[in-house]
Amino acid sequence: MALIDIRQRTGYLLLTVVLAQILLISAQVNSRSGVPVLEQVTFSVFSEAQRGTFGIVSGFRNAWSNYIGLRRVKSENDDLKRQLAVTQVALQEQRALADRSRSLEQMLDLRSHVALSTVVAEIIGAAATPDFRTVTIDKGAGDGLKKDMSVISPAGVVGRIVVSSVRSAKVQLLIDRNAAAGGIVERSRAQGILVGEGDRQLRMDFVADAADVIVGDVIVTSGIDGIYPKGFVIGRVETVEKSGGAYHRIIVRPAVDFSGLEDVLVVVTPTPGRDPASGASE
Amino acid sequence: MKAARIILAVAVALALQTTLARFVVRGAVAIDLVLVVVVYVALTSGSATGLMTGAFAGLIQDAMSSGVIGIGGLAKTIVGFLAGFIGTQFIVSQPLPRFLVFFGAAVLHAAMFMGLYVLLDLRHFGTSMTVVAGQAASNAVIGVLVFQLVEFLPGAAERRRASRTRLRR
Repeated sequence: MALIDIRQRTGYLLLTVVLAQILLISAQVNSRSGVPVLEQVTFSVFSEAQRGTFGIVSGFRNAWSNYIGLRRVKSENDDLKRQLAVTQVALQEQRALADRSRSLEQMLDLRSHVALSTVVAEIIGAAATPDFRTVTIDKGAGDGLKKDMSVISPAGVVGRIVVSSVRSAKVQLLIDRNAAAGGIVERSRAQGILVGEGDRQLRMDFVADAADVIVGDVIVTSGIDGIYPKGFVIGRVETVEKSGGAYHRIIVRPAVDFSGLEDVLVVVTPTPGRDPASGASE
Repeated sequence: MKAARIILAVAVALALQTTLARFVVRGAVAIDLVLVVVVYVALTSGSATGLMTGAFAGLIQDAMSSGVIGIGGLAKTIVGFLAGFIGTQFIVSQPLPRFLVFFGAAVLHAAMFMGLYVLLDLRHFGTSMTVVAGQAASNAVIGVLVFQLVEFLPGAAERRRASRTRLRR
């Protein structure tokens, strides 16, 4: 009798919990505006835990590398890496500048170039579930970061900020299935939309079948999305297939090694199309 | 006390998942430590605790991801309930039955999680059955190892104490 009792109680409990979650899902699916409050609060609270865990882990890692390893060589190596990163960013800016100088906009002198202002951030955590490709960084709204600000690294585009708390922010990587960015083939200027595939590659959609695209072509940001600054490297074309329809089927390998990322740069300069006051573009 | 232990276990799994996952983000290897904890709790504590742990852990995981809050929670609630039910109805004390429960739980979780997203037309997964099976096997191996470790550690401590007592005599 007692067993039946427990079973009934568990059944009711299951029904209640399942129904509550179905209601929760329905509420979100019907209204797709902004970040849910629960997500914001939980993220803020747990990002502090991530910060603590990261501090402990990086403390051990630092102790190991500084006291057991070759300390001087490592610090020199770090300095050189930093210098290389700065140089690579400058190179990308120069590339973007040169790109712009070729464009009609620049020829007609319609727009003046504004140097990018960035904030350096460290990655302190990854996504809580393996199905999403996000990372947590140690800078947030307190450092001037807002939703939809683009995140780059010396190698290329990393992603965009999707949630920002006071001291940390969540970055959706470009390889996430929900991520997309406007892209352009650097050589032929063919435009398309890059969409994350959830693993290590990107898909370039809406590139006309007649467009000139070959394997090895460099894809850079086109800036039409209003999130990513124009001219930054996204990756290289890995495969091009004629799908038979109106568009090519193009697979792009990102320039950034997302599994080895440690430090990133958040672009705080508003890009054309993004509202400078709110920083949001839904 | 038990609830505190479960919350702590989920928090540790989440912390490990978020800290270590970025070092193993390779696409094919997608271990869900939170799911392992949910199935472990369900097998050791029954279906009611399993479903509550699944709901709690899944909702936290959803809230920390960029997806819809409740989808992972719903999947883990049902997985926790079923794993707990199997744990109370069958003898699941050997590595092979445990492996099968963990494997089945991971496959069911993947099917529900991806299925709900596809059903709601929010996300499309290109994951093949082979990849899902590989991920489920990885989760199952970790689950069985966790069981073995938890069962081995108290015994090892007692054995060490007993051997020390014998040496003193």
